[in-house]
Formats: sequence, C-alpha cells, structure tokens
Amino acid sequence: MSKLSQKEYRVVTKPIRKLDAMQLVTGQAVYTDDVTPQDCLVVKLLRSPHAHALITDIDTEKAMAVPGAVAVYTYKDVPQERFTTAGQTYPEPSAYDRLLLDRRVRFVGDPVAIIAAETKEAAEMMLARVKVSYEVLPAVLDFHTAKDNELLVHPEDNWRSLCPVGADNRRNLVAHEEDSWGDLDKTFAQCSQIVEKTVHCKANNQAMMETFRTYCEIDTYGRLHVISSTQIIFHVRRIVSNALGIPKSKIRVTKPRIGGGFGAKQSVVAEIYPAFVTWKTKRPSKLVYTREECQIAASPRHEMEVHVKVGADAQGHIRAMDMYTLSNSGAYSEHGPTTVGLSGHKSISLYANQLQAYRFNYDVVYTNLQSAGAFRGYGAPQGIFAVESAVNELADRLGISPVAIREINMTREGNVIRSYYGETATSCALDRCLQRAKEKIGWDDTCLCTKVDDHTVRAKGMAIAMQGSGISNVDVGSATVRLTEDGGYALVIGAADMGTGCDTILAQMVAEMMECEMSDVTVYSADTDFSPYDSGSYASSTTYVTGKAVERACLELQEKICALGAGMLELPEEQVMFTADAVRSEDGSKAVSLTEIATKSMCGNTEALQVTATHSSPTSPPPYMVGMVELDIDIETGEAMVVNYVAVADCGTVINENLARIQLEGGIVQGIGMALYENVTYMKDGSIAENSLMEYKIPSRMDIGKLDVEFESSFEPSGPFGAKSIGELVIDTPVPAIAHAIYEATGVWLTELPFTPEKILEAVEQGGKYKNN
Amino acid sequence: MELKFTLNEVPRVVEISADTLLLDLLRSMKCYSVKRGCETGNCGLCTVFVDERPVLSCSTLAARVEGRSVVTLEGLREEAEEYGAYIADEGAEQCGFCNPGLMMNAIALYRENPEATDDEIKEYLAGNLCRCSGYEGQLRGIRSYLEFKKGEVRHE
Amino acid sequence: MLKFKQYYRVKSLEEAYELNQKKSNVVLGGMLWLKLQRRTVGGVIDLSDLGLDQIMETEEAFTIGAMVSLRDLEQHEGLRAYLGEALHESLRHIVGVQFRNVATVGGSIFGRFGFSDVLTLFLALDAKVKFYHAGEMPLSVYASAAPLDKELKNDILEAVILPKHVEAVAYRSVRNSETDFPVLTCCAAKVNGVYRVSVGARPMRAAYTADLTDMLKDGITPETAAAFGKWVSEQFATGSNVRASADYRKKMIAVLTKRNVMELAETEKAVHAQTAAVQTKGGQA
Repeated sequence: MSKLSQKEYRVVTKPIRKLDAMQLVTGQAVYTDDVTPQDCLVVKLLRSPHAHALITDIDTEKAMAVPGAVAVYTYKDVPQERFTTAGQTYPEPSAYDRLLLDRRVRFVGDPVAIIAAETKEAAEMMLARVKVSYEVLPAVLDFHTAKDNELLVHPEDNWRSLCPVGADNRRNLVAHEEDSWGDLDKTFAQCSQIVEKTVHCKANNQAMMETFRTYCEIDTYGRLHVISSTQIIFHVRRIVSNALGIPKSKIRVTKPRIGGGFGAKQSVVAEIYPAFVTWKTKRPSKLVYTREECQIAASPRHEMEVHVKVGADAQGHIRAMDMYTLSNSGAYSEHGPTTVGLSGHKSISLYANQLQAYRFNYDVVYTNLQSAGAFRGYGAPQGIFAVESAVNELADRLGISPVAIREINMTREGNVIRSYYGETATSCALDRCLQRAKEKIGWDDTCLCTKVDDHTVRAKGMAIAMQGSGISNVDVGSATVRLTEDGGYALVIGAADMGTGCDTILAQMVAEMMECEMSDVTVYSADTDFSPYDSGSYASSTTYVTGKAVERACLELQEKICALGAGMLELPEEQVMFTADAVRSEDGSKAVSLTEIATKSMCGNTEALQVTATHSSPTSPPPYMVGMVELDIDIETGEAMVVNYVAVADCGTVINENLARIQLEGGIVQGIGMALYENVTYMKDGSIAENSLMEYKIPSRMDIGKLDVEFESSFEPSGPFGAKSIGELVIDTPVPAIAHAIYEATGVWLTELPFTPEKILEAVEQGGKYKNN
Repeated sequence: MELKFTLNEVPRVVEISADTLLLDLLRSMKCYSVKRGCETGNCGLCTVFVDERPVLSCSTLAARVEGRSVVTLEGLREEAEEYGAYIADEGAEQCGFCNPGLMMNAIALYRENPEATDDEIKEYLAGNLCRCSGYEGQLRGIRSYLEFKKGEVRHE
Repeated sequence: MLKFKQYYRVKSLEEAYELNQKKSNVVLGGMLWLKLQRRTVGGVIDLSDLGLDQIMETEEAFTIGAMVSLRDLEQHEGLRAYLGEALHESLRHIVGVQFRNVATVGGSIFGRFGFSDVLTLFLALDAKVKFYHAGEMPLSVYASAAPLDKELKNDILEAVILPKHVEAVAYRSVRNSETDFPVLTCCAAKVNGVYRVSVGARPMRAAYTADLTDMLKDGITPETAAAFGKWVSEQFATGSNVRASADYRKKMIAVLTKRNVMELAETEKAVHAQTAAVQTKGGQA
C-alpha cells in the first residue's frame, strides 16, 4: 500500500459527469451527420462482387445519364501513388499498398467506383447503372496457405514498405518477425509439464453505433475541410494528402462528437472518398456508410491463429513459452505488422516472474478477404486467449489451482519483463487484483463446477491480462492551456473523445493542477488547424500520454502567471506563489487575482499566458486485470449464460471513477460477445455471412448477467497523477475465462471462437463429464 | 404525396414520397435526435413514439403516420433532462449515439411500468443496443431514476 | 431498400383484394421484413384502416386480426390468461418492444418465415387462418402448402383464429444469443385431448406432428417424455446454416420437446389439482 499513500486529490479520481453528458442524453445535434448540411452531394461506393478480379471495362455513361448524377470516378481518374489508410505515426509500419481505386479488386466489397449525385435516390440509381466487366481471378481465401502462395494479392511494382517489418508482397507477407530470449530448447527439456494449444480468433467487428461518415467542403481559403467521425485527425490529414496527392497544408480535419470507435476509426475508412469528390468538384459532399458496409468493408479485428507451448516444472514454475501467431491482414496491410506484436508481447509478458526463455515468431499474410484494422485490444485478446488457456490447462494437469499458478508466476512489481522490450514493471497490483477477485467471486468457496438443476451446471473460469499505455517512443500527446479572460482556463487538445470522456478527464487534470473548479475549465478538441499535434486517441494513450502533457502545460502556465503577477505586485518572481485564484506574495500580504492578471494580459502585455506542452513516453507501463466468470451451461442444449463476471483492474490512479468503471463494464461485455456469439463467417466466394446487426449479434442487455467490477490501483510514477490506461485492457479476459469455465463444466478446451451452444454441447458430449439422459 | 400529422404536438403538413421512411422524414424535419444505426430494425436508435407507443422509425412508413401523433426526444426535453441526468451521473451515456433511442424507450417503460424489476427493464429495453457501456451503468441509472420517481409519488 | 411509387391506404378488404391481384403490388404487414428486400414494386397496400388490429374473444375462440402487433398479442389479457407463459416466451426474444410494436401477426403468419416463433406457436395450437376470399382453413394446411398457389398468394389474410380447445401449452427455443433468430423453436400443446408438437427454424418453416404413437397415453414421465422427444425429432427434416448444423437441430428437437411435454404434465397436474379442489369445495357446500 506504500505507493497509495499519495495525496488526496480534489478533482482527479472523482466520478465527475462528462462535460458533454447532458447534450448527449437529451439528443442534441452534435454528430457528423447532424452538424453538416443535408443538401450536399451524396457519395456512394460501388463495390466488387468478386474476391479477386481485374476490371476489364467500366461503362459509366448510363449512370451519368441519371437525373442528378454529378460524377462517377474509376481507377482511371485517381492518383497512382500508393498509400496506407492505417492511422499510425509516420513512417507507418503498414505497407503503402492502396490506391483510392484500383484496377485490381482484392476482396468482396473493395471499391470499384466513387459515385457522386445530388440526392441519395440518384446516387443509388447510379450504383445500379455502372456496368463493370471483370476478369475474375483465383483468390487466396485460406490464410493458412497465403504465405508463399503463387497467387499474389499485391503483385504490383509500386507496392512499398516503409519500415523493416519483414513485409514482402512477392510472398504475400505483410510482416514477419522472430524474437527470442534465453535457451528455449534447453529450458523446455527441463520442464516436466508442457501444454500446447492452438486457438483461432475471428475477425470481430467493432460495431460502434455510429457507422463511418465524413463530410467535406472547400473553406474560405480554398482548402479542403474534412469533418469526420475519426479518432485520428492528424493522421487523417496526412492520409488524405497522400491519397489525393495534395499538400497537407491544403487540408483541415475536424471531428464533432463521435458515436463510438473502439479502434475502427483509427483507420481512414471513409474519409478519402468524399475528400476526392469535393476536391474534384469543389462542392460539399458526404459519405455515410451503411451498416452492411461497416460489416463487410471496414476495419475489423485481425483473424489470428495462435499456437502456444508453455512449459513448467513440477512445482508449477513456468519456465518457457513458445508462441507462433499467424495473422490474417486481408487484402491490405492496415495495422497488420503492429497488431500481431501484441499477441505475444501482452501475453507472454504476464508471466515474467519465473520465465527463463521464450520465443515469439509471427507471420502476417495478405488474403483476398476484407482488410483488418484496429479493434480494442489490438492483437492482445488473441494472444491472451492462447496463453491463458494454456496456463489454465497447465494448472489443471499439475493439480494446482488456477489462482495458485498465477501467484507463482505472474509478473510482479519490479520484474524486468524480457518479452516486453525489457521494460521493468514499475507499477503492478496484479497480485492484489487476483486476491480481491478471488474474494469477490468466492473462488475457493465451492467447486469450480456445481449443479444448478437437472440440466444446468454453473462453472467458474478465470484469466489475467495486461495491455500498454501508449506506444513507447512513438505516441505524441500535446495540450495547450491558457488563462481565459474571466480567470478560468481553456484546454485545447488534438486527442479525440470518442465517448470515452477524455475531454472530461483531461479537464479534471487541469482543474486539479490549477486548483480551480471543473466549471472554470473549457475544452476544445480535435481540429488540425487549432489543436497542438497529437497522434490521436488509440493504443490506450490519451490519459497516460496526453494527460502528462496537460500536467506539464499547467505547471509551466503557473510559472507564467506568477511572472506576470509578480510584475503587477512589483515583487521578484521568487517571492510570489500561485494560489488557486490569485498570485500572492510569499507572506500572503499582497495578492493579485487571476481575473486581474487575465485583464492585464490583454493590455500592454508581451508574454502569452498560454502554454503548449508535448509529451512522449519512453515506456508503456501496462495496466493489469483479473477476470473471473460464473457461467451457467445447459448440458442438454449447450446454451451458456454469464451469470456473474467479476473483474478487478489496476489502471494506476483512477482519474474518473465512473468513466473507468464504464470502460471496464463495456469492455467485458464486448469480450463476452466475442466469446459467445460474435462471428464472422467467410463464404466460399469470400463474402461475409454476418453482414448486418441481424446476423452479427452483439450482446443485448438480456444476454448479460451481473457485472461486478472494481479497481486495485497501483501508482505509476511516469503517468499523470500515477495513472496508466484502461480503454483496451478490459476486453482481454472474457474469452479465456469463459473457455476455462466451459472446460470445468465439460472437460474440453474450446479453441475456436465463438463458443456457440452447438460447440459447447459437442464439448459436453466429448468430455463425457456429464451423461446426457 | 401530402402527409398530415402531429410532430411533437405541432400539426405539420409535409410532402413525402410513397416510400419515405419515418426516420428519414424526421431527420429532414430537423429532429436530429433520431438516429440510424442499422438497416435491419435491430439497434433501436431510431425509436420514436407513434400515438404514445415506442416504434422503430426506420421500419415505419412515413405515410402510415397520417393523422397520428409522433413524438421524438426533441418533444420530451424536460423528461429527457430529468431522466438523462441519472444516466449521466453514471457516465453511462458514453458516446451518446444510442442515447436518444434509449431515452425514448426508457420513458415508454417508465410510463408503462414504473415499478419495473431489473429483468423487466432488461427485457423492455433489449431492442436498444449499446456498444459502449456494457448496459450495467445504464441499468444503475434507470434504477435510480425509478427510485427517485417512486419517492416523488410518495411525497405527493 | 424496398422502393415503390404508390401507397394505397385501402378502405375495404375488397379494395385491398382487388389491388393485390396485380402482381406488382404487395400487402404491408409491419414492413420489417419487406423493407430489407432490395427490390422495386408498383405499390404497397396498407390495411391499417380496416380494424384488423383488434383481438376478439368469444366463448369459443380468439380472433386475432392480421394487423395486431406482436406487442399487442403479447399483452392481451385474455390470451395471457389462456396461454400462460408460453405466449410471452414465444415473443420476448423477438428483438425488442419497439420492434414488436411494429411487427404484425399477419406479416409473420402470411410470410410463413422459417424463423417465425409466431407460426410455431399457432401451429401447435391448431389455429386457423381466415382469408378474405379463400375463407377459413387450418393454419397447418396453409403452412404446409408448398408453394402457395396464386390465389392464396394474392388473397388477403384477415385474421388468425384460435379456437379454445387448448388444454395446455409450453414453448421453448434455442438461440445463440437472446435476441437472435432462433436456432430452433418448439411448441408442445394438448389440444382437444391430443398432444401436438410444432418445430420451427429447422431452419425451414415450422411444421407439426401429433402424438401418433400414443407414447404419452399412459401419462407423461421423464422416460416417456424423452422417448417421445426422440420420436418427434425423427419426424422432421432439419438443415444447416451459419447458426447451427442439421445434427444439432435434431438433438434440440428431442430436448425441447421433452422439456415442453414435461411442462405440459405440470400444467395438467396443476389443473387437476385445481379442479379437484373446486369439486371438494363444491361437495362441502
């Protein structure tokens, strides 16, 4: 508890309402489609019905004859420089493999033509009237056979990889790496118990409630103004510049409120198309994705097959881990080279305490399937499913409890984590999380599987998880803080609040630092023309990275305020101090109020009372979490229901208790959906069966039992107020915990998602733990 | 074709196409609280009242509301503020995109069954999807609101 | 999206019938399913003004108008009392309240959808359907006609009639998630002294069978219920789709039938106890 004896905060840690909450609950017009004109050009995309084909002819004449038709653009009309739509810091690890429109179409849903019309009706009519002839080519549809397949997804010569990630378009390779530490073979040879396991995770969809949408117009200065539902305004500016072949200075990107992202909007899915239309026609235009487009041609989780081998001695010390991940990037490379890394770095690293050797190799391949992207967890859920299942099985085989095996092996504060870039666990309350979770669910109180009635059993399962806090040495967070005319503060940021509440959290930090009330702080966020540079809201970075920038900006602003105040008090700077609403002399005898200082700053002043601070972190301290589930399984039908999910998380200092709790609960429910029913099925032609919310079932509130979450905080010295991240970690535990519970109930380890009733029933029958009468 | 109906208690006459959906009509009439989240009737974001019943405006033909009363969240400002504050106090609004539809249906639930149990709340609101909150915070907010209203009734 | 140029809000069944003789016109139910179709039709026929949104109860039967919403069906006091929890159970998984306020009984029955919970329920209950021209016929006849002849296709479904011959009913479904389409639906009922079981979402449209084996004749026990479930599962063909395989569905027919039949036994026991109690009371008086 030593590090928790920090000072009591006044604003930080409190469950403060989000600044925009009342606007949202009363349904005000704050989202992209609400705040942009309805009478602009309507943009639609004609999409390929083939998984792999060459366009031999496109006839646009009939489409252009539709009343209200404005333009049909084909591959002949677009710039020929390749780029990536992955929202990553330049130079992007994702290869430059896209064109706005290409003659070669690479998956069912790949855009073939951009259509612009005066009305939606006209645009839809045009879609039906563009006649395309294709030379249909054989397609790479099985990601197991993609590497070194003679069929190439990207045979083109102008394909480019900017970073050394092991990409090779001639081998269908998006990335390849081999990483190891210690003498793996020798260590395995000394292990008395070895578990091997291969798990398969599907390409889950983020399914945020607001689909992708972008509005574009030409501003007063003839520049392109992109208003979009995005997590990454600055990356959008660069990517639109690359796609259109126009200077970045000609582009401004802003974002209104965002109806959810979860990583989906860390790729430039929609922006480039209306941007192109508006730049060409100089007319405002808008593209709103349908739900179907979101489901078949957006930026889902990377499908991965993870093979893991875990070795331990007879006492249960985990000594060696070997992992190979095969990741399916689909038709393009977006986030392919980076997501795969987390499958190992965030799973093997959970067991640094006794580990003596590990190896982590991976291949990421191109296929003729929808392109993947970023989704909460970013590769970690896939790897953690594999490792946690293996560790649970290991405990079972060794005859020790799953809790005990973690107590022996889990990463502890002070451990050097070799598989995590050699970082030291500077803050880690995983042990306390485990203890607390165990108490809450009564892990030791009953057997792991008990009978509820003649056909229902209740089983427990568990898993632990970690994530990162920003990308070390890459992510940049910035904040501008200034004293306002009425003695309050204005905070300007480039991070994107996508509903998570970062506007509010960062404002809380300002209020804490400047010793003022929340009502004294205003926030303006995410405008490439006004915001200081920020990589954007992803990789669990905003609280940790941008938060630190806020903290620093505030400190520097205090100094500036003091300097001006000292002048007004006619005292040397060293003899004044900042005290909430005034600058005072050290002895307290003289004071000048912030309002007076603000007024003075606008008259005969040469020093701006405004500070921009920029932060980047050399480390990415992991938040940790323990998840424990009670699952009811109908042993005659295989139906499973989460009746209770206990989770205890260590995200460092909790900046806003309410918002952090909702992150936990929301992430767990997404994880439950992933575990039990969210499915992506590729049909024989490469199309996707679950192309709507009618087919792709995300959890409804009837699907969820009780969630019981709390925090066990560590204190991260490098984070603002001791904070780490929370946003992604939360999706990592449900899949392995539920798989574990299913094992306890059936005697079978399920390894392919989702665990449908049919698969569970099969496990019941195979496991033979319960006889079906 | 011409359509006469009442929108948020104001009689309106508008020109529509035979196949205009109520959702599109309402947004064109600046009722931006009404959202589209899917094309298949599954998400509940577009929920409005037609003659006081919650319905999916994405699946209701505009022509069908001839002579009827349509209410959107724009027409329930006070209730939305009072009720919504309980959601906001949990941080459960999150991205907010599902909120208008949720508020509409939660108000309908309150009017129909002010004493709803947790299971009844879950079942009544099952057609309102939310991808952010995990539902638990919304449930806490709704429960607190119902409690508060019960107290109000007792005090009257 | 369904596109059309004409909207007919008809004033009589005759008008609806005449318009429906034109191949390019379609009758609107709740429009939930129709709207998903990517096609253009000439016009749509709206029956909203024909008073078909009423449920009538007499001594002999319930007459449920084709335009009654699933939500009204679910909440109807008389039907709830008559069918008990089975009514609620057959409807509560259908997306949500605002969806069920739009979806209609007529739409669900006329479309004979494979996934229809409503068809499964009424089929087991031996309901009848009433068409404007063709008149009344057993729902089982309508549901099993394949394909529909042109006359029925162009007829107007007026109502579903549920004669009060139901002695007990139990409904169950298996779903991958609570508000998903069913993987399998199953309704068992005792109607006029005969056990009937309907099975839907096979994934083909619902069909029914009666207890032709007399397996349950000597009383329902866990053993006879299980044997009967197994027999029922052999009576139906099942298929595979993304939700489940044909094999799994077969197994579910047996399990759900068994459970439903056991529930029927419970209901019968309760009814007997009640009757006995009433008789005893009567005797004392």
